[in-house]
Amino acid sequence: MKPFRKNVLAVAVGFALSGFPALSSAATDPDLKALREEIAQMKQAYEQRIDALEKRLSQAETATNEKTARAEAKADQAQAVAQQLAAQPPAAQPTQSNAFNPEISMILQGAYNNLKQDPNAYQITGFVPTLGDVGPGTRGFSLGESELTISANIDPDWRGTAIASLKPEGGVAMENAFFQSLGLGNGLSVKGGRFFSGIGYMNEQHAHAWDFTDAPLAYKAFLGGQLGDDGVQIKWLAPTNMLLEFGAEAGRGRAFPGANDNKNGVSQGTVFAHLGDDIDVSNAWRIGVSLLRSSPDNRAYNDVSSTGAAVSDSFNGKSRLWIADGIWKWAPEGNSTVTNFKLQGEYFQRKEDGTLSSNSLAGICAGACVNGYDSEQSGWYLQGVYQFMPHWRFGLRHDALSYGTVNIGLVNSGFLNAADFPLLAAHDPKRNTAMLDYSPSEFTRFRLQWAHDNSGIGATDNQLFLQYIFSLGTHGAHSF
Amino acid sequence: MKRLFLLLFSLFSLAAHADLKVFATVPEWGALASVIGGKHVDVFTATGGLQDPHHVEAKPSLIARARNADMIVATGAELEVGWLPVVLRNSGNPHVQPGQPGYFEAAPHVRMLEVPTRLDRADGDVHAGGNPHIQTDPRNYLKIGEALATRLGQLDAANANEYQANFRNFAERWKMAIAKWEAAAAPLRGAHVVTQHKAFPYLYDWLGIVEVGTLEPKPGVEPSVSYLGEVVADVETKKPRMVIRAAWNSSRPTEWFSEHAHVPAVTLPFTVGGSDQAKDLFGLFDDTVAQLLKAIK
Repeated sequence: MKPFRKNVLAVAVGFALSGFPALSSAATDPDLKALREEIAQMKQAYEQRIDALEKRLSQAETATNEKTARAEAKADQAQAVAQQLAAQPPAAQPTQSNAFNPEISMILQGAYNNLKQDPNAYQITGFVPTLGDVGPGTRGFSLGESELTISANIDPDWRGTAIASLKPEGGVAMENAFFQSLGLGNGLSVKGGRFFSGIGYMNEQHAHAWDFTDAPLAYKAFLGGQLGDDGVQIKWLAPTNMLLEFGAEAGRGRAFPGANDNKNGVSQGTVFAHLGDDIDVSNAWRIGVSLLRSSPDNRAYNDVSSTGAAVSDSFNGKSRLWIADGIWKWAPEGNSTVTNFKLQGEYFQRKEDGTLSSNSLAGICAGACVNGYDSEQSGWYLQGVYQFMPHWRFGLRHDALSYGTVNIGLVNSGFLNAADFPLLAAHDPKRNTAMLDYSPSEFTRFRLQWAHDNSGIGATDNQLFLQYIFSLGTHGAHSF
Repeated sequence: MKRLFLLLFSLFSLAAHADLKVFATVPEWGALASVIGGKHVDVFTATGGLQDPHHVEAKPSLIARARNADMIVATGAELEVGWLPVVLRNSGNPHVQPGQPGYFEAAPHVRMLEVPTRLDRADGDVHAGGNPHIQTDPRNYLKIGEALATRLGQLDAANANEYQANFRNFAERWKMAIAKWEAAAAPLRGAHVVTQHKAFPYLYDWLGIVEVGTLEPKPGVEPSVSYLGEVVADVETKKPRMVIRAAWNSSRPTEWFSEHAHVPAVTLPFTVGGSDQAKDLFGLFDDTVAQLLKAIK
């Protein structure tokens, strides 16, 4: 405060002096001169300070203006954002820790079956039993398998799927559990684990997606219902505008036609190719050819000998199955909701070559008698399903298996009789099926099916099925 | 064998030098991609103009096209949930999987209507993201087109400027067209209508049309006779001026309603190719507005 007052005084004096130039110029006293110099210096110093102050003031003013401008801009922005918000979808839900839960869905199935023949005695005579679940089901009301599907992308490169089949009698079977690549590039994809093989047309479909209650006889006889091995699959899609796909699989031979071999390496493998395209917007088709090779070790099944004794027969050797398949779908203008038609057929041809042993005369052969065995058998089915009005479909299916040639060394050598292998007796099974189903929504289906089945020799069966299929949970996408 | 390799090689090299291959799920995005992409894109449209976009099969031809695509242009909002995931998973093409730059969805770029507050299949065919039929409001094409031009430029940087220029050119013509349609459609403002399937909320939102009823009791659920009777009974109070269906809807419910409620039945093209006049995006809205005006006279 003190220096300031002194300065003010000095400035006042300075101004006073400068205000009287005549007087100042007239002064000659050296003291006065010194004083004037001092005042001039002070004046200069203060002018500098004032300058600085003015500068700071103007700077402050500019800053304020800028701030105002910025505030205005922000307000504008806020308004724009507000407008944008109004135009945008509602804000995202807060992130939840369960947001990454996989897609879950469940299929509920059940049936009422009316079967003329005892389903426990069901057999496809003339064809090696597959030990698979191929019978027509239980008489009366029964719960089908409840299928629980859990799937999700694992990371950007992989997807995982697990499908557990909850058995009505209790217990869980792992139907499928596999990983698959989401595109290795260049049309390549890889799958590994337990999965339905890509052979044929129907093999990859799950039972709830079938157009009839049960599988075609050819699937029952040659694949034990459906082929689902443990192994790996590689597929390559050609860079063409038409679908051209090649695939190969290597597996353990977990189930028929394999025998769950206790050995290293690959016991069962497939190769397949698919070709498909559109004819026009209403018509689409796909054809395929597949080969399945298996080398079962000791594939055993139970039979009854000519004397009525329970026996066990066992096959060792190689099994080779060719499948040719085709599907054509029609939907007017691509709209399948009102009317559509589906025609599908597959042809199977199997060759087996090896040895067949039987323990029916165990005492003579020290455990089991063994001799050569070879067979060449075939089968096919053709089915058409027509949706004649929204929600209602009608379908017909014809199944036929051809016994072909079967050479049993133990019989040919006269060691045993053909009657000792009643399950392999010469027979050409046939079946005709009709079905009507009603699907009130995409997720529900009620089906009435009637079949005239002579799979078993001398035991023609009339089968009536009333079935429901409900799917709940994630909306699954359907394959062609 | 040598020849096969040569053929395959030429196929590969062809693929490497060709334009951007765009796979559009529905005709409207195919048309938009063609306009913005111009001569640098080769557009494949997975569905036809008269096809119900809810029920599409994962056909072999679609898998083959997705395998070779550089970009998928989809609606999103679960419209393609029944088939596109299968097609993409089987395509063996990592560039077009969801989350990749080669996968584009239109719905995230617009304001969604009819977003359900409750997700339950008891409510019929509901979509968690809101009503997916966003292509019936022409204003949406400006936002989607802008995003699409940017994405095309991201995938094909060499032609990015051209995509932007094509979009600006389109946007200018489109804005003028919108003004023209809005002026023409002024008499429709406030008009009450009944719709077969909830396919047009965006159109109604744009033109100020009021939906007073639907023939489907719940989205995707076929109308029953008793429910149709209820809708007809409401005619007295709600006074609809017309009953509207999309080209792919079955004609019977609207015809029945038209006869019983004595209001004209209108078929709207819904997308490019949905009618003879809807040859392109401009034609789509020319015809939509014309059909509506014809009914209100």
